[in-house]
Amino acid sequence: MTQLTTSSTQPTSPSKRTYKRNAFQKLLRHRSGSIGFVLSSFFVLLALFGGFLAPYPPAQANYSAINQGMSAEYWLGTDNFGRDLLSRILVGARYSIGVGVVASLLGAIIGSLWGLWSGYVGGFWDVLSMRLVDVLLAFPGLLLAIGFIAISGPGIVPLVLAASLFGMPIFARLARGATLSVKSRTYIEGANVLGASPPRVMFQHILPNMIAPVLVYVSLRTGVTLLVASGLSFLGLGIQPPTPEWGAMLSESQLYLPIHPLMAFVPGTAITLAVLGFNLLGDGLRDVLDPTLSGEL
Amino acid sequence: MFNYTLKRLLETIPTVLGITLVVFFFIRALPGDPARLYAGQESTPEEVEVIRERFGLDAPLPIQFGRFVQALSQGSLGRSYRSNLPVTQMIGRHFLPTLWLSLLAIAVASLVGIGLGVLAAYTRGSFFDLLTTILAILGISTPSFFLGILLIYAFAVNWGVLPVTGSVSLRGLTLPTIALATSSLGTVARFTRSSLLEVISQDFVRTARAKGLAAAAVLNKHALKNALIPVVTILGLQFGFLLSGAIIIETVFNFPGLGWLLIQSINARDYPVLQGLMLVFALEFVLINVFVDVLYSLIDPRISYS
Repeated sequence: MTQLTTSSTQPTSPSKRTYKRNAFQKLLRHRSGSIGFVLSSFFVLLALFGGFLAPYPPAQANYSAINQGMSAEYWLGTDNFGRDLLSRILVGARYSIGVGVVASLLGAIIGSLWGLWSGYVGGFWDVLSMRLVDVLLAFPGLLLAIGFIAISGPGIVPLVLAASLFGMPIFARLARGATLSVKSRTYIEGANVLGASPPRVMFQHILPNMIAPVLVYVSLRTGVTLLVASGLSFLGLGIQPPTPEWGAMLSESQLYLPIHPLMAFVPGTAITLAVLGFNLLGDGLRDVLDPTLSGEL
Repeated sequence: MFNYTLKRLLETIPTVLGITLVVFFFIRALPGDPARLYAGQESTPEEVEVIRERFGLDAPLPIQFGRFVQALSQGSLGRSYRSNLPVTQMIGRHFLPTLWLSLLAIAVASLVGIGLGVLAAYTRGSFFDLLTTILAILGISTPSFFLGILLIYAFAVNWGVLPVTGSVSLRGLTLPTIALATSSLGTVARFTRSSLLEVISQDFVRTARAKGLAAAAVLNKHALKNALIPVVTILGLQFGFLLSGAIIIETVFNFPGLGWLLIQSINARDYPVLQGLMLVFALEFVLINVFVDVLYSLIDPRISYS
């Protein structure tokens, strides 16, 4: 038992690299995980470079070509102002995917640091900060984000912060649990005895142990965060039209649903596929990195 | 049983206090002066001062918080800036539609979700199993507001069989319920399937089979009962999820519930209503969690009541 612990907690660098490579190969061999990896990479690339591929400026109206269907000229049709839907989707990826991914990472980072700190210091501050987590978790996710935006007003920065607030308490709890489970291990005591500073113990010795579960959770949460961010924009609380954010586009399309449903189908399908990609990736990563949660689904 | 319920309820007191504190400071953190907002655009500074005194907004924050809690304990949440109606009355009027919508949605999600999950697990590896798995993940990934729009397009615009706007009637609730329930349905189906498959592979199931019980009896009597215990937890989580999901769905369908009122009050900057709604949503969520814990202890005899 002791031998097993030492060998798994102090990996030499080559075996660490092999572990990572193995995990990635396993992910690619995982049926739905590989689909998720391809889909989510596609959408991340779209967020980074989609704007450069847009055939038209996303805000360019063409009143002689409003509410058009798919054609060679407009691959995905046009909206009620004659704006090219494909261009709007390509440019909008930056907002929709960008906000979702950044918010989910931000929530994970702040939440994990919070949990790491709380679990490490323990005592009164730990109890107090976990009570705060309880209170934050008592608000159904979207509500907290809506409340935040009510204070800050709509916009892209408030949206990112509100959407990251959505995941933060969950990561705080996760990271605290992981911290507590390794805090009493002998090698942490050893580090303390050798005079390592608290930040060094936290970041060098405890943090690496929670990377895997946090990573699995980040990818699982990114899909939901995308849904929340686009949902807030759909409600008019996030990114505002005419910015081509997909949720905002979907909201604008409602008025034209009877005459031009394509205007709703295009951004709606884009959000669905992106969320699907991140969900499949998350499931795949969970199966690969965390065998205890396995269950081929 | 009773003691356990009481204990769980008592345990929520710190959380409830925390919620009250957050909600109280929430309205103080909002941009703009509440007294000025209440007085209206064309008010004189004197009028604003009168309002400030009348609502006790000139008192120090701790005292204001004390009054807030005191009013709350008497069942008062203040008055709406816009309609001047008591907030509790406004919330009361919109409460039942949301309750109907979320109860129906959780019922559909749990009945259909558990059913599909069980069938998928029983027919593991079959085409049906694959189809259920694919539909479940699609259901989880489709934004409820997009699904709502698709349903409106198909059933209201195209075929004209159901109304576009939601209301508290069988026809008016059908589309909003489906749109709200689908994501949870997918989650419940997936979870039921994997939970059942896990139980099936355990020793006591093998023993039951080995002693000669029919496969169906083993599955129905032994496996299913144990597999559904964790599903209850997921259902509780999903119910909270549905509560906040209703905010979006009610907006899509113009459904006169709490979520619709919430969005209205944000757009009108009607902060007392917003504050009251946040409190109600959070308290509801806490109570559901207690309910799930109690239910859990009823189903699973391994959890002690004490």
